[in-house]
Amino acid sequence: MGMTYVQKLLARACGRAEVEAGEVLELPVDLAMSHENAALVINQFNEIFRDTGREPRVWDPDRIAIIFDHRVPAESAKTATNQRKIRDFVAAQGISRFHDIRGDVGGICHQILPENGYVRPGQVLVGTDSHTTTHGALGAFAFGIGATEMAAVWALGSILNVEVPGTIKVAVNGEFPRGVYAKDLILHLVGQLTAEGANFRVIEFHGDTIRSLPTSGRLVLCNMSVEAGATGGVVPPDKETCRYLRDEAGVQDELDLFAPDADAVYDRVVEIDATRLDPQIACPHTVDNVKPIGEVKGRKIDQIVVGSCTNGRLDDIEIVARTLKGKQVAEGTRMLVFPASWRIYSDALDAGYLRDLIAAGAVVCNPGCGPCLGIHQGALGDNETALATTNRNFKGRMGNPGAEVFLCSPVVAAASALTGFISDPREVD
Amino acid sequence: MAKGKVVLKLDNDISTDIIYPGRYMATVLPTETPQFAFADNAGFNQALKKKHVPAGSFIVAGDNFGCGSSREQAASCIKGYDLIVVARNFARIFLQNSMNVGLQMVICPGIEAEEGHELEVRDNKVWNLTSGKSFAIEPLPQARQAIIDAGGLIPYARRLLLERGV
Repeated sequence: MGMTYVQKLLARACGRAEVEAGEVLELPVDLAMSHENAALVINQFNEIFRDTGREPRVWDPDRIAIIFDHRVPAESAKTATNQRKIRDFVAAQGISRFHDIRGDVGGICHQILPENGYVRPGQVLVGTDSHTTTHGALGAFAFGIGATEMAAVWALGSILNVEVPGTIKVAVNGEFPRGVYAKDLILHLVGQLTAEGANFRVIEFHGDTIRSLPTSGRLVLCNMSVEAGATGGVVPPDKETCRYLRDEAGVQDELDLFAPDADAVYDRVVEIDATRLDPQIACPHTVDNVKPIGEVKGRKIDQIVVGSCTNGRLDDIEIVARTLKGKQVAEGTRMLVFPASWRIYSDALDAGYLRDLIAAGAVVCNPGCGPCLGIHQGALGDNETALATTNRNFKGRMGNPGAEVFLCSPVVAAASALTGFISDPREVD
Repeated sequence: MAKGKVVLKLDNDISTDIIYPGRYMATVLPTETPQFAFADNAGFNQALKKKHVPAGSFIVAGDNFGCGSSREQAASCIKGYDLIVVARNFARIFLQNSMNVGLQMVICPGIEAEEGHELEVRDNKVWNLTSGKSFAIEPLPQARQAIIDAGGLIPYARRLLLERGV
């Protein structure tokens, strides 16, 4: 029987001819990623070794990546102490892929992994972050796990009890109309599938729209697949995957490319005509509460946020800077921009984008998770409304359960920054 | 088996931001996370902290309980009070985290119960002793049950580590 991309990947990973959806496997892990929650992983890892008479050693220090991004620079003594504890562990264990709070190597984990060439097609990649699904954009089976699960991976080198997921095939065809981007596509899809519609399944992206979408856009799609409950999102690797890995991520070794079987069995097939999409907005307080912009525009906005592991890449910053160049952010609206990595920050600096953003009145923050999850910068006041290019709008998400968060694409954020209201970019020049 | 009152009835799609708000994520240890359980629901959070909620009480929720982030604090903070979560179904990472940290959760697709109702988990069913109805429990895959039976992932992984000598 034909296999989907991830089923094929899993069969190869455990050396079998085929696997079936629903069976439970133990899988060797190619890359294990954590951020500041490595502090809890370390605690649980040491617990596993307690009373075993053995010194706690990770199975392979070259297959672990730790990136500081959730609270950078540290916002409290507690975080700083956690970060110090992690640094000590990294040094003691010889973990090589460590990205500290530095302007040369730092950034958000879901940008650091791809841009440094850590992600490859065919990998089993786990991360203690739900948006680990991002890396399916490069053909990895990448999914989020908890800290104790990661501690077991560090100890054993494998992930226990992975249920082979069924797959939802999403076929997208046609060219995006003006003002419509990958973010609008994924918001539309999450709205259609609902927040639980892809639970325990993988979303596999196909169609000519996806084939012509650059990796930056594919990362957006896979990043937010988890918002429909998906275990992972995946784009079967192609020429664009190779281009990105070779030209942008500096990968030189041989790539293992394969495709799903033509007779693969999917749980469900969703077809989307990209030419008919409008810019989309996810309304409070769930990501699947999605409406075309026409139904939401005119809403007053207190704070615009551009950035995050979803939409903080160079093409996102570029389109926002171009829209704002020579104009001003509306009075009474604050605009925060936080690039996804220092490499992007530096490129945006060289291109003059950051200068244009600052001149327009935006505040450019350091790369990191920032306001997205309400633990560091950019918290909202009571009864305030934010419009953000981030990925979640749950009650309390930006630090205040008495505030509201709407989600959108970068170009909608930029157009709305100019007016102070949710605005259709096709109507703002 | 477990018997207790429903102390909190929740809707569908309860996110980890509601169970354990992101701003408390610097607190990681299972011994410290319970103080922030449902922190934005001041009444319930206070009742927990003042020990007004007996161990073995039930939280009842709809579909997709624990959706959102992978933060394990969302499972460990409930486990700290030894509450049992009964939901129509759970989000994947939360479900896995619950098993790993030993939080008791029950997948019960048909569950009907309100705050104050008394529930009992027995014979693969949830019995609502107040309404007199019972609802079938969906069993966990065997490989997962093994982790629960071992008392969580830490003892389970410790055993594997010793067996395999890795």
